[in-house]
Amino acid sequence: MFDAIQAFLSTFLFDWLAILITLVIQTVVVVLPIMLVVAWLTYAERKVIGFMQVRMGPNRVGPFGLLQPIADALKLMTKEVIFPDQANKYLFIIAPILALAPAVAAWAVIPFADGMVVADVNAGLLYILAVTSIIVYGTIVAGWASNSKYAFLGALRGSAQKISYEIAMGFALVTVLMIAGSMNLTDIVNGQQGGMLNWYLLPLLPMFFVYFISGLAETNRTPFDVIEGEAEIVAGFHVDYSGMTFGVFMLAEYAMMILISFMTAIMFLGGWLSPFEGIPFLESIFSWVPQLGWLAFKVSLLLFIFLWLRATFPRYRYDQLMRLGWKVLIPLTILWVFVVGAMKYFSFGPWFN
Amino acid sequence: MGKFLKHQIKTWGLTELFKGLSVTGKYFFKKKITVRYPEEKTPISPRFRGHHALRRYENGEERCIACKLCEAVCPANAITIESEERDDGSRRTTQYDIDMFKCIYCGFCEEACPVDAIVETRVFEYEFQERGPHIQTKDKLLAFGDKHEEQIAADRAVDAKFR
Repeated sequence: MFDAIQAFLSTFLFDWLAILITLVIQTVVVVLPIMLVVAWLTYAERKVIGFMQVRMGPNRVGPFGLLQPIADALKLMTKEVIFPDQANKYLFIIAPILALAPAVAAWAVIPFADGMVVADVNAGLLYILAVTSIIVYGTIVAGWASNSKYAFLGALRGSAQKISYEIAMGFALVTVLMIAGSMNLTDIVNGQQGGMLNWYLLPLLPMFFVYFISGLAETNRTPFDVIEGEAEIVAGFHVDYSGMTFGVFMLAEYAMMILISFMTAIMFLGGWLSPFEGIPFLESIFSWVPQLGWLAFKVSLLLFIFLWLRATFPRYRYDQLMRLGWKVLIPLTILWVFVVGAMKYFSFGPWFN
Repeated sequence: MGKFLKHQIKTWGLTELFKGLSVTGKYFFKKKITVRYPEEKTPISPRFRGHHALRRYENGEERCIACKLCEAVCPANAITIESEERDDGSRRTTQYDIDMFKCIYCGFCEEACPVDAIVETRVFEYEFQERGPHIQTKDKLLAFGDKHEEQIAADRAVDAKFR
């Protein structure tokens, strides 16, 4: 579709201009829905947590409180952005941008359906890993620029936590890479064709949990939100942020949540593939569901689990968190790399042939 | 060895975590206990102690006889009473002020009253945005009592057998 737009534009524009305009259109088409999903994910979060605490959640703005995100956005945008007296102004502004930009940039290689991808990069997995690692700079810079003890403590905790869990996450991705034999996300999904049993969920079940848990840590969600730790360090790295600078941090966090859910769905749950593939009766009943529909369904399920976990678990203590990362998740992933190697060597199951 | 295995299965099977999740999962579908206040309201006891009112007899005669028992019993000194002899020779109040900022809504005035003149109603939705209106004068209290007489009488009737 975008090729057609580009071809049409290049009939009366310079080639480079046509490419540029097409790229801008592509970016808007991908980023705008994500921002909308982020907005209503905050609503869903408050609603789900409310329901689990036998409350109603937001229900005043619009029917069932559905317009709450718009009210929140308006509030954040009209509030004053306060710069602390001793803060480093340039870094203070750059930090939220550093947090949001990678969380949005990573979407370039995410396939929403077969062929529905902005950039079909061969090393998509590597790109995601590289880009999402940059987010930690947003945290560190925010903590440093605020020039406050609490923010600095939060940033220190955050950087240590994210770097630790990135290793486990990377190894989990390595197992996916071994089994799929490709770093291209479209190829990874297509490698899982042929019904639910062919998904990488089964041979990589522990890695599924490891990836999801590391994903929680990467996005600073409870039980791993020591970086915010409102009980000990008020709000961690973003204590001094107000108004839209704070809003941008929130946007980044939720965009990352959706990204992690997409990655989990693509790598372990067969991406846009129907779960009823190969089952004679059900397959024909659900043949009307578009590929994007299945992916959206799986992603919303994972996002619900994100919210469910937040409503259930208390925060890890910092040393427990480090212990889990270094002494449990990393050895487990390394072990599973060898297990996957063995499975591959013996052409085990439907996944290695 | 059996204990060790059991512990390992419990740890790696994340049983405790799933137990916790099942609890919150169950509550997700429970009936919500929130009362959406302006539209929904909780039931109120007939003994509720809210806004004050002065009552009248059925023939329109005000009940208060200016005995000043309520003024004496009031722990917050919220009530101020002045009395005078009326033309027909009976003793009546000329001033009956309740300072709503001082009042602690203990209900002693109602308990002390020998003629059930001063009562506390179940009305609690009122506010004062400035000083002045918070002094409830005799006229205001009587008017308030006239307005809510039906409800006040019903509440007293329900509670009568416990007094």
